[in-house]
Amino acid sequence: MSVGLAHYLVVAALLFTIGVFGIFVNRKNVIIILMCVELMLLAVNINFVAFAAHMTVAPGADPLAGQVFALFVLTVAAAEAAVGLAILVVYFRNRGTIAVEDIDLMKG
Amino acid sequence: MNYQLILPEILLALCASFLLGIGVSKKGNRAPVIRNVAIALLVIYALVGPVLGGRSGPAANGMLMIDAYAHYLKFFLGLSGAAALLLSKSYLKTEKLDHFEFSVLLLYAVLGMGVMVSANNMLALYIGIELQSLALYVMAAFNRDSLRASEAGLKYFVLGAISSGLLLYGITLVYGFTGSVDFDGIAAAVASNGYSSGVIAGMVFILCGLAFKISAAPFHMWTPDVYEGSPAPVTAFFASAPKLAAIALMARVIIGPFDGIMDQWQSVIIVLALLSMFVGAVGALMQTNIKRLMAYSSIANMGYALVPLASGGEEGVRGMLIFMTIYIISITGIFACILQMRNRDGVVEQISDLSGLSRTNRGMAFSLTALMFSLMGIPPLLGFFGKLFAFWHAASVGLVWLVVAALIASVIGAFYYLRIVKIMWMDEGGREFIAPPASLAWTSTVSVAMVFLTIIPFIAIPARGWVEQASTSLF
Repeated sequence: MSVGLAHYLVVAALLFTIGVFGIFVNRKNVIIILMCVELMLLAVNINFVAFAAHMTVAPGADPLAGQVFALFVLTVAAAEAAVGLAILVVYFRNRGTIAVEDIDLMKG
Repeated sequence: MNYQLILPEILLALCASFLLGIGVSKKGNRAPVIRNVAIALLVIYALVGPVLGGRSGPAANGMLMIDAYAHYLKFFLGLSGAAALLLSKSYLKTEKLDHFEFSVLLLYAVLGMGVMVSANNMLALYIGIELQSLALYVMAAFNRDSLRASEAGLKYFVLGAISSGLLLYGITLVYGFTGSVDFDGIAAAVASNGYSSGVIAGMVFILCGLAFKISAAPFHMWTPDVYEGSPAPVTAFFASAPKLAAIALMARVIIGPFDGIMDQWQSVIIVLALLSMFVGAVGALMQTNIKRLMAYSSIANMGYALVPLASGGEEGVRGMLIFMTIYIISITGIFACILQMRNRDGVVEQISDLSGLSRTNRGMAFSLTALMFSLMGIPPLLGFFGKLFAFWHAASVGLVWLVVAALIASVIGAFYYLRIVKIMWMDEGGREFIAPPASLAWTSTVSVAMVFLTIIPFIAIPARGWVEQASTSLF
């Protein structure tokens, strides 16, 4: 059995779903949320590269665009993680904990 | 390759980086100087497109499309960024937060919005959104010693990251099923091959990601917390420019690449509009914090702005632009008033603190009343025309039931606007506010003046011509 486009898409969809569920189900730690965000973005990258590699040659089809897009997503994800961790450090200094269930100062 | 058209963006990026360098390298507090330079830069950025004759065309290898639509939006984005900086001046000084980074972050955020409103490619769309969002996350947590502000920043960051994940997943699906990330390429592929379920799913994901950014229900849950926790001038900025940029981008996406599948996106937009209107109207009823109340008010107003988009076509985009422009004018004035709410002990944010304002500060009570009536849509004021243009086209293309729902939501919404007016004019006096700095008083006066004066024909007719030009250029 050869590995085709569908296999990659299924893996990416599973990773993406795990990422989304990880964010909403997890009640313990904000770091886990950051990891889940990365998981979502990496699932997206798998999708991009798989679509680019399996693209049929046709007028208007642009296999290179997907690979370039994946590189940009990687770069932006790194910047996003830096900003996210910085905000998390600021929050920890003020609150003394990063448990998700304690982020409840404002409600309603 | 045509770089002349994106010279304003290049200028803004270089100057923001230069100001960052100046701020880091010089000793002593450079914040006031850097803020004034940043305000001047934003005003130049706003004016440069229209003043140079509004040249248009694709730029940066077709990544961006600079047209009358982009020029129109950049004008208001630049001005509302400048207004936010002007409003932040006295607040940051008295709260001992006057760091130069605020101005630099705001410049980068406006740069990101400029890219968003002129995006002609999914890559430019994504980079623009991220450039804007990363700056905004930091601005939300700008008061880093405040638990509320850092919590607001954290919540904004987590939900913003989810929204970019959804958006990107949608982009991959559209890319996979059409073979292109270019707006024209996607439109051509949809037109020639028809649409598949992959394209529809991708479009829905992209709209959900953008709905997070405009805080349309059911993706609104971050809005009240972020608005309440962030420093007040940051909230003022959040409520105006990013909303305009995100909804303008939404219009570009549904009119450009997804024009061929209008039946599909129309139902998504209608659901978002209906939910936002009612969540915003009902959620605001029980609020006591005025920033939280304005958060629900902005959710409701995004619902109204989506009504003309749902009706599609040139008239729909025009209605959205008119409504959003008027909304931004009113909301800037309202936040200029909210920032004046300060008594001798410091900043106050409860609605009850406004009681008896008509006796202690008649000018501010009058401004706030006029702006509230404008948001409600009372006829002689500008807000009425916003809603008129927004709903008229939707009713004429057969979405009468949606317009009726919007009117019902407006009536529910009128309750909480009127409650504020009643507290100001009828209730017994509370503590007096200290005299506001001139920048706040002037901003609110200008906003009130626009709410009254823009209905004069010789101002309204050229303004309308400009909006028409902007919405036509999108097609």
